[in-house]
Amino acid sequence: MKEIFEILEQNARATPEQISIMVDKPVSEVKKTIKQAEKDGTILKYKAIINWPKLDKEDIWALIEVRVTPQRGVGFDAIAERIYQFPEVYSAYLVSGTYDLSVLVRGRTMQEIASFVAEKLAPLEQVQSVVTHFLLKRYKEYGETFHLPKETNRRLPITP
Amino acid sequence: MPNTRPTSTEPLDNLISRKVASLPPSGIRKFFDLLSSIEDVISLGIGEPDFVTPWHIREAGIYSLEQGYTMYTSNSGMPELRQELVRYLELHYGVSYHPDQETLITAGSSEGLDLVLRAIINPGDEVIIPDPCYVAYPADVTLAGGMPVLVPTNEKNNFVVRATDIEARITKRTKAILIGYPANPTGAVMSKKEAHAIAELAKKHDLLIISDEIYARLIYGVEHICFPGLAGMKKRTILISGFSKSHAMTGWRIGYVAADRRFIQAMTKIHQYTLLCAPTMTQMAAIEALKNGEGEVEKMVQEYNRRRRFMVKRLNEIGLPCFEPKGAFFAFPSIRATRMNSEEFAEKLLLQEKVAVVPGNAFGPCGEGFVRCCYATSLPSIEEALRRMDRFVRKSNLRSK
Repeated sequence: MKEIFEILEQNARATPEQISIMVDKPVSEVKKTIKQAEKDGTILKYKAIINWPKLDKEDIWALIEVRVTPQRGVGFDAIAERIYQFPEVYSAYLVSGTYDLSVLVRGRTMQEIASFVAEKLAPLEQVQSVVTHFLLKRYKEYGETFHLPKETNRRLPITP
Repeated sequence: MPNTRPTSTEPLDNLISRKVASLPPSGIRKFFDLLSSIEDVISLGIGEPDFVTPWHIREAGIYSLEQGYTMYTSNSGMPELRQELVRYLELHYGVSYHPDQETLITAGSSEGLDLVLRAIINPGDEVIIPDPCYVAYPADVTLAGGMPVLVPTNEKNNFVVRATDIEARITKRTKAILIGYPANPTGAVMSKKEAHAIAELAKKHDLLIISDEIYARLIYGVEHICFPGLAGMKKRTILISGFSKSHAMTGWRIGYVAADRRFIQAMTKIHQYTLLCAPTMTQMAAIEALKNGEGEVEKMVQEYNRRRRFMVKRLNEIGLPCFEPKGAFFAFPSIRATRMNSEEFAEKLLLQEKVAVVPGNAFGPCGEGFVRCCYATSLPSIEEALRRMDRFVRKSNLRSK
C-alpha cells in the first residue's frame, strides 16, 4: 500500500499497470487503492515541479517569520487559517523557536509581496510582528534540485 | 651498467609471462570497443549501481581529506573500520569475527579474491567454480597458479550449483570451492538446502569455501545465506565482500575479507608487500557507510526490486524466458527462441536497436544461449530498452519463419 504512494510521490505519471508490476499486486487492486486515496485525501493532487528560472520567468518568493498571539480554545490554528487562505501563501508551517508561523509567499513582483505583508498580513489583530526574508535563490524543493546540471551518466557503458 | 638483454629483436610474447599471455581476453572487452563507436545506446550491460554514493558517505570522504587524513593506515585497515565491520557482520548475518585477527580491509573485493587465491594455492591446485560465473574467478585462479575447474549450472536449477555436481569433480588436487551468491551474471541465490549440502561436502573432503558475498545486501524477498554462518563452516570459509554494490561505492575500491586468523595472516603478508593499505579517505567513508548507511541501502534495494519485477515480467512477455533472479541486479533471460547464439544476439541487438546487453558466454560456456541484462538503470531507460528488444525479437522471429 505504502509502496504505491512512494512510487507516485516519485513519479506521479506512473500508470497503475506499471505500478502493479513494480509492487507485484494486481492492477485492479492498485487502481482501487489509488482511487480510494484520491477520494479520502491521502493523495491531494498531482503536480509538476517546474524549473521556472530556466524559462527566465521567476516569481519572487519570500519567507516570512510571523509571531502571533494564540487564541483560547483554538491555539494557533485559527490565525494560521486566516493567513494560509490568502492565495499569495504558498506554504505555511507552525514552528518551534523564536517565532510561530513560517510562511512562504509567492508573488510576481517585490511590490506585490510588500503590499501583501503591509496590507494583509501585518494588520491582522493576532499578528505581533513579521520579519520578511526575500529568497535570493532556490536550490532544492521537494527533494529535487533546481540548479545542478542533470546527473550525467558517469558509468562506462559495459562493465563486468 | 649497459643493458645486455635483447629487447627489440625479440618477439613481444617472450617478454610477457606465459601465464598472462595464455589468459583469454575478457569477452566484455571486445563488446566494449564496438559499443564505443555507437551513439545513444541504452546500456543494460553495466555491472554497477546507477546510484551515486549516498551523500553522507561522500561527505565523510571529503571531510577526511579536509582533516588531513592522507597518510597510510595499518596494513589490516583502520581499527575503527574493522570494529564497525564485525558489528555489521554480526548484525546482518549473525557471524562473529575478531576485528584485529580475523578481518582485513582490501581495495575492493577484487583485491580480496586475489589475496585469498594467492594465499592458499600451490601450483596445480584445483579450485572448483560454478559456470557461468563472474569473469575474474577463473582468471584469478590461473594467475595464482591454480587450475580452475568449472561445474556447469543451468536454468533447471536456476543456475545454482549442486553439491552432487561439485562432488563429481573433486580430485586429490582440489583445494577450494569458489562460489558467489547472489550471482553475477545470473542473479541466482543459493537455497539453505543446497548451501548445507555444499558445506557437508567441504567438511567431508576437507575443502575450503571461498564465498564472494558482494551482492549479499541486494536480495529480494528471501534470506541471504552467509556461508561462514553455517554450522561448523566459519573455520573453513573465507568470506569476501565489500561496499561497492550495497552502498554504491564501486569507484572507491573498498572491500574486506573475514576468515580464520591463519588465512588473514597469510593474506596480510601479500597485502603489505603489494597494496600496503586500502586508501585512507575511502576507509573513512566506509566507516560512515557502516555506521549510518542503512536507510540509503534499504531505499536502493527497494528501488532495484521495483525495476527487477518490471524487467523480469517484460522479458518473459516478449518471449525471452527468464527465471526469477532473487539477488544482485541482473536478469539472465534465455535467447534460444531467437535461434541466435548469445554473441550474435547481443551484437545484432546493439547494431539494430542500440541496446547493449552482455552475451552470456562471456561468463563461461554454460552462459551460452543467455544474455545478462542489468536493471541498475532508470526505469524509463529499462522500459525503452525492453520496447526495443521486443521489436528486435519480433523481427527476428519473422525472419526465421
